[in-house]
Amino acid sequence: MQTPAPFEYERAGSVDDALALLERHGPEARLIAGGHSLLPMMKLRLARPEVLIDINDLDDLAYIRLDGDAIAIGAMTRHAELLDSPLLAEHHLVFREAERVIADPVVRNRGTIGGSLCQADPSEDLSAVVAALGAELVVRSRTGARTVPARAFHTGPYETVVGDAEILTEVRVPVRPGAGSAYEKVERRAGDWAIAAAGTFVTLDGDTVADVGIGLTAVGAPHFCAPEAEDALRGGPATEDRLAEAARIAAEHTDPSGDQRGPAEYKRHLARELTLRALRRSVARARGEGV
Amino acid sequence: MTTAETDAARADAEAGATAPRSAAGNPIGFGRMLRKEDARFLRGRGRYLDDIQLPGMLHGAILRSPFAHARIAAIDTSAAEAHPKVTAVITGATLESLGLAWMPTLSDDVQAVLATDKVRFQGQEVAFVVAEDRYAARDALELIEVDYEPLEPVVDARRALDPDAPVIRSDVEGKADNHVFDWESGDPARCDEVFAAADVVVRQDMTYPRSHPAPLETCGSVAHMDPVTGKLTAWITSQAPHAHRTVYALVAGLPEHKIQVISPDIGGGFGNKVPIYPGYVLAVVGSIVTGAPVKWVEDRSENLMSTGFARDYHMRGEIAATRDGRILGLRVDVVADHGAFNASANPSKYPAGFFNIFTGSYDLQAAHCKVTGVYTNKAPGGVAYACSFRITEAVYLVERMVDLLADELGTDPAELRMRNLLRPEQFPYRTQTGWEYDSGDYPRALRLALDMAGYDELRAEQAERRARGELMGIGLSFFTEGVGAGPRKHMDILGLGMADGCELRVHPTGKAVVRLSVQTQGQGHETTFAQIVASQLGIPPEDIEVVHGDTDQTPFGLGTYGSRSTPVSGAAAAVVARRVRDKARLVAAAALECSPDDLEWEHGRWHVRGDPSQGRTIQEIALLAHSSLELPEGVEGHLDASAVYNPPNLTYPFGAYVCVVDVDPGTGRVAVRRFVAVDDCGPRINPMIVEGQIHGGLADGVGMALMQAIAFDEDGNCLGGSFMDYLLPTAMECPPWELGETVTPSPHHPIGAKGIGESATVGSPAAVVNAVIDALEPFGVRHADMPLTPAQVWLAMQGRPARTDIAVW
Repeated sequence: MQTPAPFEYERAGSVDDALALLERHGPEARLIAGGHSLLPMMKLRLARPEVLIDINDLDDLAYIRLDGDAIAIGAMTRHAELLDSPLLAEHHLVFREAERVIADPVVRNRGTIGGSLCQADPSEDLSAVVAALGAELVVRSRTGARTVPARAFHTGPYETVVGDAEILTEVRVPVRPGAGSAYEKVERRAGDWAIAAAGTFVTLDGDTVADVGIGLTAVGAPHFCAPEAEDALRGGPATEDRLAEAARIAAEHTDPSGDQRGPAEYKRHLARELTLRALRRSVARARGEGV
Repeated sequence: MTTAETDAARADAEAGATAPRSAAGNPIGFGRMLRKEDARFLRGRGRYLDDIQLPGMLHGAILRSPFAHARIAAIDTSAAEAHPKVTAVITGATLESLGLAWMPTLSDDVQAVLATDKVRFQGQEVAFVVAEDRYAARDALELIEVDYEPLEPVVDARRALDPDAPVIRSDVEGKADNHVFDWESGDPARCDEVFAAADVVVRQDMTYPRSHPAPLETCGSVAHMDPVTGKLTAWITSQAPHAHRTVYALVAGLPEHKIQVISPDIGGGFGNKVPIYPGYVLAVVGSIVTGAPVKWVEDRSENLMSTGFARDYHMRGEIAATRDGRILGLRVDVVADHGAFNASANPSKYPAGFFNIFTGSYDLQAAHCKVTGVYTNKAPGGVAYACSFRITEAVYLVERMVDLLADELGTDPAELRMRNLLRPEQFPYRTQTGWEYDSGDYPRALRLALDMAGYDELRAEQAERRARGELMGIGLSFFTEGVGAGPRKHMDILGLGMADGCELRVHPTGKAVVRLSVQTQGQGHETTFAQIVASQLGIPPEDIEVVHGDTDQTPFGLGTYGSRSTPVSGAAAAVVARRVRDKARLVAAAALECSPDDLEWEHGRWHVRGDPSQGRTIQEIALLAHSSLELPEGVEGHLDASAVYNPPNLTYPFGAYVCVVDVDPGTGRVAVRRFVAVDDCGPRINPMIVEGQIHGGLADGVGMALMQAIAFDEDGNCLGGSFMDYLLPTAMECPPWELGETVTPSPHHPIGAKGIGESATVGSPAAVVNAVIDALEPFGVRHADMPLTPAQVWLAMQGRPARTDIAVW
């Protein structure tokens, strides 16, 4: 049994309560939602928060609903709920495809979207998904709420813009009529972190790419996205050659590091291959082809 | 054993399906039945080591080295000792004063219990804290200050013998290199002749990387040295409680009759729980020092980083053949990485285990192997993970070499194997390295596997797919195992012969208790051994209690590993049951007032030959044996018996495996589509349990071939210290297993059984690797080392597969 270092435990009853606890306990306090990243790190004593503030009672942050021109997802929504959501599947299949390959059912039953994004693991799947879809993240403090674009949320590995006394409360994913989306991931084994993964969406105007989003994870893509590749693809025809060129550009802008999952050159190769595969399927879906 | 007896054993097996059923519906003998032990396991009512709670029990934790190689300049334990919940802090210096700083290993070496002079691998034991609870013990580790002076580590086994390599074992007087042993087997001169005359010689370097058995339950111990009675009771996660007790007696000088070793329910062993680890010794020392029971249970990272690893063999194979595909000879040169201490758990006379069985299943004219053991700055071990004392490595080598030869000759690998397999009439067969295979019908097993797989159709499909640019591979493996160690004239562990005792007591009401020296780790002994006794005595298995795991309750024997439980203790159980049956015959004759010679045994009953109505059941006889019935001269009464079984030879299970994989050309990802496994382990006592063992071993093979390896970076940091880094296969990576069987009984085993515990682990990795390499044929790939992760496969497709034992990126 691995035993964490000593810590205090608080249980928040509401967002305001959690914010007050964060303020009271200062920077050495950590929120705990699903705990599937934080607890293993604590058991290995790599993370040593002095206080854990448990926000699992914040049921009012567990929702997926249409809200104007966006799908609003509460930060406490579990992976399993994202996987099963008909609303998300209807608009953005990329969510379902990513969730299907995130960890395993036990983790998905407990882990939350807010926890995943705030943990900011450089291999996190949902970071690529929200970056691809151009989501916005709502961050609350005692003085109010601010909205941060997904592509400005992460400031580095395991770092986000969320301050010591702030909570991510909601993820707002734009509804993109006619969009096709897909997720492609290669891992060493079911449940492992990605060696590399790509999530994309495409909207078409006739055969022209009206809009496109490309998210990449585990390959050192700045902010989990590939804007240069998007720019290259947007506004032109959705041909195989142009998709391949976009995938090439996306891979060119990654900066993967070699580790036991594979050397950097392989990860860069995957960034290209998986971006291309995801784009192909996104285009096909945007065309209404069942893939 | 005569032909008639062999036939009788075969009949025994075939009778499994028709064995009479007890009132509870269980076969009174061989056949499928649910496992007796599962009632408690499935309800969460097993009693494992960590479930043990004793009054006043304290908890130990081990401080481990962060460095692979460093001199210990100083250790300051004062802050830890000042922790309010800490009872004792033990260091190497403490142990030195007790003469316990070093302990002997099973391979004629010593291992540090706690480091004194320097640390030799990352994760090595440096200090032991005993505290009131586990959290406090762990917290106090952080209060110990160790002043390390880092030294250059030896990480790459292939460079361990370089003249300028740092010397790891400076504790051994006069030691100037990292050499452990050289060992040879076979005839090198004859090999040279055969190779010189051969049309074709194929050579390949390959590494069987370091892996770890990773049982679900990690290792641990609760030690209680009773200060009043002077008796040591040690609950240990041990696969070999009797061997552990004797070694404790030899090492610590404790009187053996004052040591009780208890192995409670064990959550998986796979060889990980054979050696004696420093933690076990420290729990004992902790109990002696504090006067209280001390529990020590390692965590997952400690298990992966410090306890017995498996494999780590760097092999060069050479195979010689005629142009028309007759295999002539095999030669192999191995560098064996034994880590910082040679603690390999194999019979004493076999420093490389049974690796020299590497001639496999083929009729060769010559063979030679040379194994050089080296020290590196890694955890000790080497023999574990269902390897049958390194037959896993041997089978992998020969089955890769045969595929390479097939490739060179342009011959189908199934055809090449079929042409060279030993023929049934060659048994008993003496190999070029001195092993005597007991029985086999290899072509029959291979034919069955190919038929089940639909081999020709698979090859046709492969051709079609290749034409479309798809990568499909078909891999074969044929293996011969050697298990049931072993004949005491050839094999011993620390001088202890490898014979097993067994005791059987039949109560007056006909219920029985069988006491075994071997210990189950989850493989169903409580059912299998009850069925063995049932098959010989006619007592229903539910009426037979199996007692094991407690040295005070069971006869001596060397334990469960190397698939030896059924081949050795299973034989002992059959023999002892037959002794009871023979006794019962005398009692029945007295009761029936006839000569024992006039009695015939059938379905648990002695009856008068020619008049089945005149008979007594075993239950009736048991009561009579305890009654006032006047017994003939020389018959003592009761039905109890004991036996010691000394195996005359190993048993040799074998099998033919076919694996089908699909490789994604764009990502290198491998999916195992099908796996056909034909196993021959002789008669199957409980086919369900046998199939479960095979399923587990096949999953092991998929794991080793595709994802499991513990590599080290250049500083000697272990890169496989958690289940995030060391991957075990899941159901998602395993296809539905397709099992087949042939039955070739062992001629020298009382019930013909050969053992099955390790066959699939031994045989399957080669089939998976062969399939992947076959899939990559369009890329001209000859070989790539395991694990064939997506990255490794992609690199192989680029023509430059990487080493997998050291971090190369």
